[in-house]
Amino acid sequence: MHLELTRVVQGSGRLGVLRGLSRTRPHHSLETPGCLLYTHLGSVPHLTQDTLHTLKDLPSVTQVTLSDIAEHQEVLESFKEGFRKFAGLHDTVLYCSLHDPAALCPAGYTTNKTVSVWGSGGRMELTVTKFMSLQKCTQPDWYTSMADGETWQVNTTRKRVRKSVDRTLAHLDECLLLHHKLPELEEVSVFGVVEGGDIVDERLRSARETAKRPVVGFCLDGFQTGFMEPSVRAQLIAAVTEELPEDKPRLLPGVGRPDEVLACVEAGVDVFEGFFPFQVTERGCALCFRFDVTPDPESAGRAPPAVLELNKEEEVVRNGNVNRDDQTQMTPFEINLKDKRYEDDFGPLVKGCGCYSCQNHQRAYLHHLLVTNELLAGVLLMIHNTSHYLGFFKALRAALASDQLELLKRRVMEAGGRESD
Amino acid sequence: MAAPMQCGVETQSSESSMSLKKALTAVSPLTLRIVAECPVTKARACELALPHCTVSTPVFMPVGTQGTLKGITVDQLESLGCQICLGNTYHLGMRPGPELIEKANGLHGFMNWKRNLLTDSGGFQMVSLVELSEVTEEGVRFKSPYDGKEILLSPEKSVSIQNSLGSDIMMQLDDVVSSTVSGPRVEEAMHRSIRWLDRCIAANKNPDKQNLFAIIQGGLNAELRRACLEEMTKRDVPGFAIGGLSGGEEKDDFWRMVTLSTDHLPREKPRYLMGVGYAVDLVVCVALGCDMFDCVFPTRTARFGSALVPWGSVQVKHKQYAKDFQPIDPDCQCPTCKRHSRAYLHALFKSDTAAMHHITIHNISYQLSLMRSVRQSIVEGRFPQFIQTFMRRMFLSRDQYPSWAVDALASVNITLE
Ligand SMILES: [Zn+2]
Ligand SMILES: [Zn+2]
Repeated sequence: MHLELTRVVQGSGRLGVLRGLSRTRPHHSLETPGCLLYTHLGSVPHLTQDTLHTLKDLPSVTQVTLSDIAEHQEVLESFKEGFRKFAGLHDTVLYCSLHDPAALCPAGYTTNKTVSVWGSGGRMELTVTKFMSLQKCTQPDWYTSMADGETWQVNTTRKRVRKSVDRTLAHLDECLLLHHKLPELEEVSVFGVVEGGDIVDERLRSARETAKRPVVGFCLDGFQTGFMEPSVRAQLIAAVTEELPEDKPRLLPGVGRPDEVLACVEAGVDVFEGFFPFQVTERGCALCFRFDVTPDPESAGRAPPAVLELNKEEEVVRNGNVNRDDQTQMTPFEINLKDKRYEDDFGPLVKGCGCYSCQNHQRAYLHHLLVTNELLAGVLLMIHNTSHYLGFFKALRAALASDQLELLKRRVMEAGGRESD
Repeated sequence: MAAPMQCGVETQSSESSMSLKKALTAVSPLTLRIVAECPVTKARACELALPHCTVSTPVFMPVGTQGTLKGITVDQLESLGCQICLGNTYHLGMRPGPELIEKANGLHGFMNWKRNLLTDSGGFQMVSLVELSEVTEEGVRFKSPYDGKEILLSPEKSVSIQNSLGSDIMMQLDDVVSSTVSGPRVEEAMHRSIRWLDRCIAANKNPDKQNLFAIIQGGLNAELRRACLEEMTKRDVPGFAIGGLSGGEEKDDFWRMVTLSTDHLPREKPRYLMGVGYAVDLVVCVALGCDMFDCVFPTRTARFGSALVPWGSVQVKHKQYAKDFQPIDPDCQCPTCKRHSRAYLHALFKSDTAAMHHITIHNISYQLSLMRSVRQSIVEGRFPQFIQTFMRRMFLSRDQYPSWAVDALASVNITLE
């Protein structure tokens, strides 16, 4: 795997193409900044292959998590042909991560030798041996090595942070050792995990040490939404990426909000997990923020749109109210279709959107499906939200290419979604 | 996901073929062309031309209670070959309400379904779902479960809501009595249903666009059924439903009432057997002369992981399928079976609702292809052999054949081998 950078602007992100994602699928590539396809056990939530493929330009990389897969190890072992084939996925690159970015992960279950994941049947403890035997039966194209990312709680001590860096490096070495002994993983690439909480020198140590190992890319862990103040995160990410080789991709788990994605791209991140549209769908909302940077004659005469009150939000975080539950709350980038105002709104979710849902259905219908608890609501919202989110990433790359990132940022911050037209 | 455009083609062929075409009243937006009749049983294969497309019968109609079919998009439903599905007047009348649906250009526009819709009268749901309902000559009086307001569902109101929904086939409001009740209440309900039919016919604002079907009542009493049939068939309605069955009565009583009804129904009008959807019931009742069926069972059971197959069902959530890497039915051509194994679906049930959608698609596909095969065999004159093969596949041995099915089939000259 290698990253071809077409444009790097210090402090405002890198534009590139990730090639050689998979030795068995040499023509697949991922444009960066980009996002992965988020799934539950290989299925995009709510969608079948038919409904998924109404979407164009899907990410070429599908993410699966060990929290979903671990409980099916025995099944995959008797299947023998890897998870991709097991899940009926044919033409996609498979990336396997440890945790599900949209699920809560309780603290207090990490030891020197183990980490825990939570599946439908509860907690499962993974040693490096178990972790690698899971990779062996999953046969992804790439995976992140086992890591101790438990540095996000308030009052995490420097000692605990140091331990997390040490353990994660030790896990990586052990993973690599086992990896090279397994012929099944000969074609598989490893991402190293950078830890270090909010302590700069631990972050730098973790980055430098990980970069010395034979990894194809880096997973910057511990920066998940709600873990730390966004400005601290941006500074830390910028410091970390300074230490990392230019030609290797940097993946940021657990960050999905468009405003945060923009800030983290500026700090040097290339790849995000695509879970945000799922979270929006689960609360019955539709993404509707704007990301067009070409001037729109229709809105030219309007009053300047309200700007997000970011300060208020930062305050919440500073008060120590760091809570991953916050991820279930509505963001300014979406509209709540359960709201009675949409009851007789016969417009599409987003005017001009080309997705299946917007081309075929109206807000009033979605409102009805949500108030009657119908399963189709999740299907149609997931299609639209995924489409909208992928459109945002495309616009982000276009803005990087044409030096319009500042304009895009302003556009995204407009509370355009609050308008019901 | 392009759907086969059978609709237009079949309409044309029905126009060009004059042989068996029977004209109904000039205004009725429905034409039934009998394509073939089984020489042994009472089964028939027809082309039922309705305002949105032609329906090949015998047909199973999936139920989309709230204006949606359980997680399936209208494109998916169309590509499975569905030509007609149901909406429930009671539910849709409550939420979002007839005014809103009318503004959305009817239920077709609201759910963006391009093919035919059939709506029930709302009476059945009212009696079965709402505890505080009272039936008088005026209609069914009940308290709204949403705001507690007292509402009267009269024949006029039911038709008015169905006019707003704009369905291709509307059902009359009937006085529904449980099929396990007997005595004077059944007789009263039968007579009242006839009076309500007349009120429904008079109330239909769109007789040129919407077909109103009568519902034969009379419980399990042959005399009452016959009387109801005699009265209702005097009315020039575009079609008839056989009602008041499939509610927990003995199967022996059930099939006798079905066959008695089809004996007295006019040949040139469609017969709709309400609430029937188990594969064996479908095959037997086609043999008894029914054309249309509906049931929530295939889609409801799908959500519990039960996949319908020619030999019964596969309970995908059961442990035994965890390592079963074959499709639900290796011979099934549905999108689910073409891509996914029992083992994957088994695992996915623990992770995502998409697992239910996969089974729902398979089950709808099963029902629709079963009816297509039934139809094909009638057209090709081999329906009796089809029944033999179907029964052999469905049951392990002859002694497991349900006796009611054996008797019912014997009544139409089929002796099961
Ligand atoms: Zn859309
Ligand atoms: Zn199937």
